[in-house]
Amino acid sequence: MRLLTHNMLSSNIRGVVNGFPLGIEAEKVVEREVELSAEFLRGVFPKIEWGALVAGARALGHPDLLPGEADASMLASDDFLRRFHRALLQLHVEEGALVCPETGRRFPINKGIPNMLLHEDEV
Amino acid sequence: MSSKIAQIPLVSGHPEVYEPCDDSFALVDALLADRSSLLEHQPRLCMEIGCGSGYVITSLALMLSPLGSQVHFFATDINLHAAEATRATLEAHDVHSEIVAADIASGLQRRLAGMVDVVVVNPPYVPTPEEEVGCEGITASWAGGEDGRKVIDKILPVADKLLSDKGWLYMVALTANNPSDICLVMREKGYASRIILQRSTEEESLHVIKFWRESVADVNGRQSVASGGTGSWFSQLPFMSSLWQRNESSRT
Ligand SMILES: C[S@@+](CC[C@H](N)C(=O)[O-])C[C@H]1O[C@@H](n2cnc3c(N)ncnc32)[C@H](O)[C@@H]1O
Repeated sequence: MRLLTHNMLSSNIRGVVNGFPLGIEAEKVVEREVELSAEFLRGVFPKIEWGALVAGARALGHPDLLPGEADASMLASDDFLRRFHRALLQLHVEEGALVCPETGRRFPINKGIPNMLLHEDEV
Repeated sequence: MSSKIAQIPLVSGHPEVYEPCDDSFALVDALLADRSSLLEHQPRLCMEIGCGSGYVITSLALMLSPLGSQVHFFATDINLHAAEATRATLEAHDVHSEIVAADIASGLQRRLAGMVDVVVVNPPYVPTPEEEVGCEGITASWAGGEDGRKVIDKILPVADKLLSDKGWLYMVALTANNPSDICLVMREKGYASRIILQRSTEEESLHVIKFWRESVADVNGRQSVASGGTGSWFSQLPFMSSLWQRNESSRT
């Protein structure tokens, strides 16, 4: 699971109001090289919750990868793009869990796949 | 040399996971036939709902590989074994999609709303007793409830929510699912539609329907006509469909 996906996931348990961002318990993190597309990064940037991305990178062991705040003007910087790219697309949680911020319910991540399936009484 | 679609011997299997079948092949063939439009469309995010073995999402990723990392993929399935098979199939072809075990797109649909440029679905479409819908494992791959529409009718509003303004939806349906009614449901949400592939096998009559938002349909409508249509119920061209709509309302 990439942090892009983490940024797009929220807890969908009945009764949960916001459910975002999910906490990350990372047991195994891997990094895979991906070609950088400035076009993709610029296109997706407005949709990214920056605080959640920063928290995600920290949970994956990269507390200094990203600046605490970001705005669109920073997309002109190659250094910023590289950092944003690495955090968003190159780091993967292979094993661990996502944690609902409101209920503490854990959604396991196995083999890189977060399991967001709910039990009957949670729907 | 990488191939344009997934290779069957490299598709991962599991007794509880739907093996690529005529419907899967029909969907991939339809996408392949539409490949140049898809490349021109330059989607940023693509998503498959109900990825099963991963045959379709892997094929889509291979087809769109000329776009490099301008495009990224998501795939969901309600069956964990399917999610794992999809991962293995993607890896065997050296392409990547994010995979989430989820009911349709639950957990993703709120934040991904309006962001997905291409959604592909080969849903469980077989008419069955209602109780079989939502069963675990392989049953979920085909059980579609009354008229096979139970899951389809849940997917349509989610797809509408996920799709960007320029978004396209490709969906497999049987004659028994009443494809013209599926098109009507989507028309009410503002979509034009066209059957881009129709194929009869011994057991079933398969359709692949493509939907796009009417407001941005101009280019798409013209191109649909140029590429020659198999039967379409309505709205080959945006102006025709608005005529159709006007006639319809003046009649009532
Ligand atoms: C007909 S199979 C298609 C599999 C694969 N896409 C293909 O074309 O070969 C339908 C798939 O949808 C999945 N599915 C059924 N209901 C679902 C739901 N509510 N949410 C997500 N996936 C679902 C099934 O587990 C199955 O893998």
